[in-house]
Amino acid sequence: MSTPTVIEVRNVFKSFKTVQAVRGIDLTIGAGQFVAILGPNGAGKTTLVEMIEGIQQPDEGEIFIMGKTWKGNDNYLRNIIGLSLQETHFIDKLSVWETLRLFASFFKIGAARCEEVLKLVALEEKRKAFVVNLSGGQRQRLALGIALINKPKILLLDEPTTGLDPNARREIWEILRSLKDETKTSLILTTHYMEEAEQLCDYIVIIDQGKILKQGTITDLLGEIQDLPVKPAETRKITLDDLFTSLTGRHLND
Amino acid sequence: MIERISNSQLFQLILANIKELIREPGVLFWGIVFPILMSLGLGVAFTKKKDVITQVAVIGENHLVHQAADSLSLIFTFLLQNKAILEHDREGKLARKLTVPDDKLGNTTFIFKSLDWKEAMVLLKRGNLNIVMDEKGGAVQYHFDPMNPDAQLTYLKLSRLLNVAGTVVKATNTEISPLTVSGTRYIDFLVPGLIAMGVMMSCMWGVSYAIIERRSKKLLRRMVATPMKRSNFFLALITVRILMNFVEAGLLFLAAWLAFGITVQGSVPALLALFISGNFAFAGIAILLSSHTSKTEVGNGLINALSMPMMVLSGVFFSYHNFPEWSIPVIQKFPLTMMADGIRSVMIEGAGFAEIGMSVVILSVSGLVLFIVGMRLFRWH
Repeated sequence: MSTPTVIEVRNVFKSFKTVQAVRGIDLTIGAGQFVAILGPNGAGKTTLVEMIEGIQQPDEGEIFIMGKTWKGNDNYLRNIIGLSLQETHFIDKLSVWETLRLFASFFKIGAARCEEVLKLVALEEKRKAFVVNLSGGQRQRLALGIALINKPKILLLDEPTTGLDPNARREIWEILRSLKDETKTSLILTTHYMEEAEQLCDYIVIIDQGKILKQGTITDLLGEIQDLPVKPAETRKITLDDLFTSLTGRHLND
Repeated sequence: MIERISNSQLFQLILANIKELIREPGVLFWGIVFPILMSLGLGVAFTKKKDVITQVAVIGENHLVHQAADSLSLIFTFLLQNKAILEHDREGKLARKLTVPDDKLGNTTFIFKSLDWKEAMVLLKRGNLNIVMDEKGGAVQYHFDPMNPDAQLTYLKLSRLLNVAGTVVKATNTEISPLTVSGTRYIDFLVPGLIAMGVMMSCMWGVSYAIIERRSKKLLRRMVATPMKRSNFFLALITVRILMNFVEAGLLFLAAWLAFGITVQGSVPALLALFISGNFAFAGIAILLSSHTSKTEVGNGLINALSMPMMVLSGVFFSYHNFPEWSIPVIQKFPLTMMADGIRSVMIEGAGFAEIGMSVVILSVSGLVLFIVGMRLFRWH
């Protein structure tokens, strides 16, 4: 990889009581790279992202972000990371604009950047609307806008389109595509929608039961299907789900 | 300068908390309007004389109307001499109504109902009446539960009336002098209790529940993933709540002043110090209470488990001195008791720092200690 490394995950393990959520993951992500962590529910995607985000500590292994670990570097790392969680609820009775201003203040960022973000996530018309009155898609766009408010070097999106209708999902994809074209932000996106991974990301990591099953570019991964013993019918397009099924015997959305 | 302030995270956090608060009509109603309505309602109920209507069961019709075959009963003679009005009640039962006028304690109207023993027992069990009268061997008999204070009072009133040679005693010229001095009325007792209770409830729901709800919605986790200073988060939440409590207490006091002429007889600075220290204490409890759980149902239960006993025991509505002797030293250590007693002593006894200083110190220090413990246990996600 010729681009500088922004995230390096080295042989990381994490358990919760009796559940081994992550079992020896190694991963390297370069600057400007869009990476999808693809896997079914319970595969360990969120735990991996939470460890990168600094919310969880690995039981074993190390995580480096811009060459730094979380210990003693909290403030620096929080300033360069943008984050959108699965189903975040903001304060119901604050408007879209007030919510952006609130989160911008945490980064010591002023109103001008909030205007930019409002435009970026296409919520200008909803500027005065209370968060409680937004649709699911609009709320997710607001969450994405908040994640982008600090012009992050690293953007972590945990299932950003789960539960959204196809139109709302495409709107989120458009915003992320323009981000890819216009900035050097690195993206880690967890999803169980293979279409999302295929559409947005140039590097895909398939995980299941806390382990990486396969990783590579979409072309590499789809090419591997040809070598697998069980092949899909030739009459339809080959997808990542076919690869996952070949590897595990299950579908991604199971 | 203005831009710098408006971009500061503490300012934005305070602003967000204020907006969230004032945009929720329920918060304004329950926080401000309801305590005022409650104080007005209870104040009016306990400061105005009210006629008391007491039903009395009289066994047998011969005590209410003269039966030719019988000799006159004592009860009938008494009712006749006092011109008790004969009537039928809603169920068609024979009754006599006798009003004892009293312009100081309020009139008492006795409704003597002619019932058989079984009917009387049914009404007694339902709580419709508390005393049954009868005659045996030429003497009036009273049947009632001696443990029931209402029944005791009815007995005392009735036996007194019947013993004064069949003449109704008018209380107008008796020696009862109702106390109307400011500070001795029920409303004077009630308002300080309501102010203290308002602070407790406001902190419990406005700080504790707000934190638990934000944790359950993952908002805390989202906020802590930014460079937000954690101290600013708490500072904003508690500052806004204390400001709100000042507004609530101020409006309650204003309403009580306008309606009942309540004043502060002691030191106003001491009252303010006590009020702020009470806020610290309850804010500390609220932070500790909300430090761990992310389930709003659990939060609801914890808040009720802590606040309900204090509401009942701490002498908000009625004096806790009616509770068993052994429990009083314990009750006096509750923060709500300490705050309510302190406010009461400043407002109605004219106390100052000398009398309530210890309460101020205990409330402030306990608030600080609970806050520190709560912060140590605090989970952001």
